[in-house]
Amino acid sequence: MSDGFRIKGGRIDRAKPISFSFDGTVYRGYEGDTLASALLANGVHLMGRSFKYHRPRGVLAAGAEEPNALVTVTRGGGRSTPNLRATQVELYEGLQAESQNRFSSLGFDIGEINDLAGPLLGAGFYYKTFMQPKGAWAKLYEPLIRRAAGLGEAPRHPDPDHYANRFAHCDVLVAGGGPAGLAAALAAAQSGARVILADEQNEFGGSLLAETTATIDDQPAQDWVRATIAALNAMPHVTLLPRTTVFGYFQQNFLGLVERVTDHQAAPPSAVARERLWQVRAKEVVLATGAIERPLVFAGNDRPGVMLASAARIFCNRYGVLVGRRVILFTADDSAYAAALDLFRAGATIMAIADLRTNPTGPGVDAARAAKLPVMPGTVIIAAHGRLRADGVTLGAIGEDGAVRAAGDLPCDALLMAGGFTPTVHLFSQSRGKLTYDEARQMFIPGTSVQRERSAGGAKGTFALAAILAEGHAAGRDAAQKAGFTSEAHVAPQAKGDIPVAGGFVGAVPQPKGGVKGKAFVDFQNDVKATDIIAATQEGFRSIEHVKRYTTTGMATDQGKTSNMNALAIAADALDRPLPQVGLTTFRMPYTPVTFGSIAGHARGDLFDPVRQTPIHGWADEQGAAFENVGLWKRAWYFAKPGETMHEAVVRECMTVRRAAGLFDASTLGKIEVVGPDAAEFLNRLYTNPFSKLEVGRCRYGLMLNEAGFVMDDGVIGRLATDRFHVTMTTGGAPRVLAHMEDYLQTEFTDLKVWLTSTTEQWAVIAVQGPRARAIIAPLVEGIDLSAEAMPHMSVKTGTICGVETRLFRVSFTGELGFEINVPSDYGRAVWDAVWAEARKHDVCAYGTEAMHVLRAEKGYIIVGQDTDGTVTPADLGMEWAIGKSKPDFVGKRSLSRSDLVKPNRPQLVGLRTADPGFVPDMGAQIVPVANPAPGSSAQGFVSSSYDSAVLGRSIVMGLVAGGRARMAETVFITRLDGAAAPATIVEPIFYDPDGERLHG
Amino acid sequence: MGESSMMAERRSILPAAVAWHGVRYEPVEAMARFVLRGSDAVCSTAAEVIGLSNPSVLRASHDEHRAILWQGPDEWLILAPEVERVALLQRLETALAQAPHALVDVSHRNVAVRLEGEAATRLLATGIMLDLDEAAFPVGMTTRTLFGKADVTLWRQAPQRFHLETWRSFAPYVIGLLQAGARGL
Repeated sequence: MSDGFRIKGGRIDRAKPISFSFDGTVYRGYEGDTLASALLANGVHLMGRSFKYHRPRGVLAAGAEEPNALVTVTRGGGRSTPNLRATQVELYEGLQAESQNRFSSLGFDIGEINDLAGPLLGAGFYYKTFMQPKGAWAKLYEPLIRRAAGLGEAPRHPDPDHYANRFAHCDVLVAGGGPAGLAAALAAAQSGARVILADEQNEFGGSLLAETTATIDDQPAQDWVRATIAALNAMPHVTLLPRTTVFGYFQQNFLGLVERVTDHQAAPPSAVARERLWQVRAKEVVLATGAIERPLVFAGNDRPGVMLASAARIFCNRYGVLVGRRVILFTADDSAYAAALDLFRAGATIMAIADLRTNPTGPGVDAARAAKLPVMPGTVIIAAHGRLRADGVTLGAIGEDGAVRAAGDLPCDALLMAGGFTPTVHLFSQSRGKLTYDEARQMFIPGTSVQRERSAGGAKGTFALAAILAEGHAAGRDAAQKAGFTSEAHVAPQAKGDIPVAGGFVGAVPQPKGGVKGKAFVDFQNDVKATDIIAATQEGFRSIEHVKRYTTTGMATDQGKTSNMNALAIAADALDRPLPQVGLTTFRMPYTPVTFGSIAGHARGDLFDPVRQTPIHGWADEQGAAFENVGLWKRAWYFAKPGETMHEAVVRECMTVRRAAGLFDASTLGKIEVVGPDAAEFLNRLYTNPFSKLEVGRCRYGLMLNEAGFVMDDGVIGRLATDRFHVTMTTGGAPRVLAHMEDYLQTEFTDLKVWLTSTTEQWAVIAVQGPRARAIIAPLVEGIDLSAEAMPHMSVKTGTICGVETRLFRVSFTGELGFEINVPSDYGRAVWDAVWAEARKHDVCAYGTEAMHVLRAEKGYIIVGQDTDGTVTPADLGMEWAIGKSKPDFVGKRSLSRSDLVKPNRPQLVGLRTADPGFVPDMGAQIVPVANPAPGSSAQGFVSSSYDSAVLGRSIVMGLVAGGRARMAETVFITRLDGAAAPATIVEPIFYDPDGERLHG
Repeated sequence: MGESSMMAERRSILPAAVAWHGVRYEPVEAMARFVLRGSDAVCSTAAEVIGLSNPSVLRASHDEHRAILWQGPDEWLILAPEVERVALLQRLETALAQAPHALVDVSHRNVAVRLEGEAATRLLATGIMLDLDEAAFPVGMTTRTLFGKADVTLWRQAPQRFHLETWRSFAPYVIGLLQAGARGL
């Protein structure tokens, strides 16, 4: 197809032609084109189907606000990006774009039947129609509707691209690189401030890139842009970010920017990130985000070929594309005349300039009249005609009485709307700044600031170029000054020769009496019509927030950039209330859609969270261990031999420990070294147990409560010196325990001379448990008497093992003779290998966390977090023995005598002996008084630990049962998913070696 | 008792040095590391033993082989050559015997990487939220902060050289994140 609408001029590079495809058809464009400008150059206006009625749609705008021309761009290899605005997709060689939301083809769409059924599909249609029968909504209606009314398809494959992240700081962040932003950035940079200037487009300049008549500092506007960018580029303290959208304004001047690094490249290098998320902390912010032109609301205003006048001017001047040859303009604003003059000079026939205003004046109007363009004051467009492309209009004359009468038809191939401009206040609003309504000009502009920002130019409702530049310059200076940079006396750039924006209109344009046939759209992307807004007010909705939700106006991916003001004005008119009283909806981030990839950044796959591995991890991995996650740690779960199931492996591991011995990697155990003259006193206060009299070289079990008296952690504490303790805790609880201790030390116990240092990772811990434990380690240990007399249960000695310093603990979490060898982490693997070599002489095995759980449950040792749930006291666990009765106080002590903590029917830890020894209840199963409790009755407790014990040849169960400790020998029932609840007898929660003889061997 | 006097082999968790675009990663050799807690006078005494000055807030004092990094109002991290570990620990404990303090060996808890090159600052800025401009984070400055989701201690040794210290098991994550960050510079 020929690009017959391409004209001379523009900023495209004609030396670099590009071929691309849209819906499978190949077209030609040039470097510098967007997908939209290149399609228009080829005469293609039809670029999409509307959301609900499947109406044919063309491009409305030329930038981020585009509601209609949404496309999916695919690159292969799983790369597919839906819902991109064709006006923002930069052309590259081989670009493949597809239109969306159409069944069959863009030209023939079965869904267009919805357009004929229009009267049935008004606002609230879904709510009213699809209520019956019950359940049909979720199963039938919703999936159907979602399929028919939708946007592009989400990609099906994992995103293969790389997304980068950058934290940045600056004195002044300027959002927007149009005239105001450039002037602001230059002024701030000249003051010496660190400046970041970000603009969503591929080049800086904003509206100046389509400016033809204006001069700045006596040079053509685009020359000034080039010179300014060159000046900024030469300053090392300035960061220029083109293709970068400032999408979110957060607390404390923290802003989110997304930089599109490679999307415009035909063959992006694989080593480069596709997008970069900039998280910027700015001392001061200048919002130079410009303004967006409003469509006018009349019947058929969504026909392909009907577009904003500013967009037509941009396509003409910046891209060298004529959007039509016979052009009608419909305006309420002077700026349309600039567009008319530019298109006229480019060769288009201006069929009419219908001006809503009865007496338009100004330089633009004068110039148009001088060029003999047909200016028609007091004229409206009643309707636009044409299906796949606008082909004509019906004009209407506004009489002196204000009534509109039809004034004949005119043919055209493009219809340009100029309803005035809406300041882009999204970022200001996100910063929680308060908007002010400018009654005379019918626009919301930034009012009171909440954060350290100021707006300039179009974003503030300033539209004359000279004023925009002056305002931008002043804003940049002010921002730099407030950031601590005193400005030299640079003067603002001077401009003349532009045709400024002046005028504008909000709401539905006047119509002939009795109305007009055809749909007049307010929100193009969500297919909301003027009549829908009126219907919502008739249904009783008063606030714009409610009107919005009922009609969905402003709720599409464009967030109503072109529609909000018209919707608001129509609602205000229907309600006969002043516009600001109807309210303005909230602007939410992001300003334009942001990829999930850029938000996720590096936090995906293996880098989603740190994966912590012990020094012995590699050995376990080599042995084929299965791992489980405990907090961020990977722990060896069980070591299945070839052909073994998990259950078989665990049985073997448990039996081996009981028979001979087992090796266990306990390195993840939390460790804190508590040091200082008051260390013992500190532990007295933090744990229920007494520590003052603990001898050096001995250990004691410690139970830690929170202030409410509930068990929060436990562990073994060894005294290394009078003023030094080696405190251990649960793997998952380590950070919490350290924070808890520090909290008390820094707020309550500031009198104590004691300090805490986390040593979890200083030590690798090798547990050797079982009757053969001593024999295994004896050949490797030097300087420690391992005999039962010299080193009884619950003692700690220092010495060496394999020539490496060790803290050797005699402790047990299995009920067997046991040692825990602590060695500095980097030696962990070598010492493990040496111990393993010794262990193999005794026919032992390595065991994982699952066997560890079974072994401890056989002994009735609790696991905090499994047998406790944050509401369990020492008494509930039958662990009063762990409370130092003579201690004056400890954290949680007072709470233990609270009335509800001493009630006899509290859930208490008991053992449960199932009648069927083969029945291993589910952990979490309910404990009930009868086999078939009445529906709605309460459980008496739940199972907290439940295993098959190989050494006992039966199941072992622990649970929390109401008043359980006084109910020994009583029968209760444990629920099961596969049948009726099964009986069990309440017993003491200890199942193996109750006298502890094996422990002291 | 044991008849073995063999010496177990030490294994670092850090991978070998590698050069990325504009920045070189290097594992820092094994060092003696102590956490010192106590009053400012405690640190002054310790600094004298080591032959360094007591660092001011958010600063490191150092010579070619040893350093004291300020970690908090009552906390310092002492770095010294591995071979000095046992003797230094003893000398420090002797000098500090009369002053309440805590001295804890964390030689194996922490590991460190060195980053050097014109892109070092940009690479760190992929995961560190702080302002790393030399005006805000000058040479000699050190602080605890986050790199991605890992706790780290950052120390700027030269305009383009940083020492990044983290706990042993977080090293693979930190290095993985650096590697990923280097792709997006």
